[in-house]
Amino acid sequence: MPAKIVADGIRKSYANGNGTLPVIAGIDLAVADGEFVAIVGPSGCGKTTLLNILAGFDRPDRGSVKIDGAVRGGPSRKGIVISQRGSVFPWLTVEQNLYFGLNGHDPDRKSRADHYLGLVGLRGFERGYAHELSGGMLKRVELARALVVRPEILYMDEPFSALDALTSLRTRIEVLRILDEERHTCVLITHDVEEAIHMADRIVVLSPRPATIQAVFDVPLSRPRDLGSREAATLKASILREFGL
Amino acid sequence: MLKRALPALGVVLLLVATWWICVVVTHSPIFPTPLAVVTATLELLRDGTLWDHIGASLFRVAAGFLIAVLVAVPLGLWMGWVQGAFRTFNPIVQLLRPISPIAWIPIAILWFGVGDASPIFLIFLSSVFPLVVQTVTGVHTIERQYLRAAENFGVSRRKLFVQVVIPAALPQIIVGMRIALGVAWLVVVAAEMIALHSGLGYLIIDSRNAGNRYDLVVAGMVIIGVTGLLLDTMMRRMEGLRVVRWRYAR
Repeated sequence: MPAKIVADGIRKSYANGNGTLPVIAGIDLAVADGEFVAIVGPSGCGKTTLLNILAGFDRPDRGSVKIDGAVRGGPSRKGIVISQRGSVFPWLTVEQNLYFGLNGHDPDRKSRADHYLGLVGLRGFERGYAHELSGGMLKRVELARALVVRPEILYMDEPFSALDALTSLRTRIEVLRILDEERHTCVLITHDVEEAIHMADRIVVLSPRPATIQAVFDVPLSRPRDLGSREAATLKASILREFGL
Repeated sequence: MLKRALPALGVVLLLVATWWICVVVTHSPIFPTPLAVVTATLELLRDGTLWDHIGASLFRVAAGFLIAVLVAVPLGLWMGWVQGAFRTFNPIVQLLRPISPIAWIPIAILWFGVGDASPIFLIFLSSVFPLVVQTVTGVHTIERQYLRAAENFGVSRRKLFVQVVIPAALPQIIVGMRIALGVAWLVVVAAEMIALHSGLGYLIIDSRNAGNRYDLVVAGMVIIGVTGLLLDTMMRRMEGLRVVRWRYAR
């Protein structure tokens, strides 16, 4: 498969009180078209910085990010970020949120929005506002809003960590079902190893700050995945060993 | 509803009772009893001047306040969004803001005479600064994830403003409008005390000058209070709008 995202020699440091704080110390990463890569690492290791660089919201000090072979300039609608805090506009209805990324003159925007609302199971909530929905429903609105613009890449920055355990699992399963229907290239940032094993084709383990790639694991499990299986448990154990656990 | 209003009503009744007792006990020859104030209000109602005074004051407030909104909201959005505009205009806003509109009265009379234009100018001055400040705050406190999302979808500048910046700042703008209208109502009464021949401020000063009619003075004060309360209640209703409710805790 051709590489969709190629990160080459990414380095990044931030200025702080007494000099510079290196956050990323050289990362090379290639994500194939349609591949689902999870990036796990200890908290504060620079995962989010890496995702921001991949998605174009931040610039690396050195190195480059190429999407489809072209150097990434800034953020674009080809790759939509779904973040932990959520960014569903609370002043717009669910339906208006879905329309946000679409052209107002698009004759079939109504049917497109309707399709994705159905896909995330939120038909009937078109006129609802964010504060009238639960956390899990909001996540699904955000996902639908991202999918409706037909992005090629989904960048997910700990998207489920603000949800309670049960809702998190349920939303994960939902996302996997949707990704089964339409394949996107996905980059998931998480600190939850089980979540990574559940969702990803490949798991990249980052070192503590400044981040480098410490280990890479392929996830050979068939889908839908049984997290209780012995293979999953073995994999989890070897990933946790990378964290010294 | 009635049960919740009961304590507040009790306090009002207690205050009126205390007032009444004090007037009776001290045998004050000038200070009116609550009954005298009610009688005076009825007198004003009967000869129709009450509505003229209220109407005159409300007209001045409405005119000055609307001009302030038309100036302050666009200016505040611009100052909030463009760093250079903020650096250019914020010092002068902060310099003019602490000057009480009452201090402008002599200048207002000099520039606009003693017609309606003077109090309208003073109302404008009193409303425009709090509204600019709140609008700027509204834009400055837009949470970053919303701007990032808008940037991610690559929408036009126009769409960014109409669908993100303005609605995100709107709750703060409404708070600013509430503050501004409150100050405007304070100022119109003060401004009318100086000149003119109508308005609630004029009613108070004229009643005192024309034969110490303190019953009318207090009646005017009560009417100012009630009208102010109604104006604030009206503004508060805007906080209940569905597009802004997300920002307010209750």
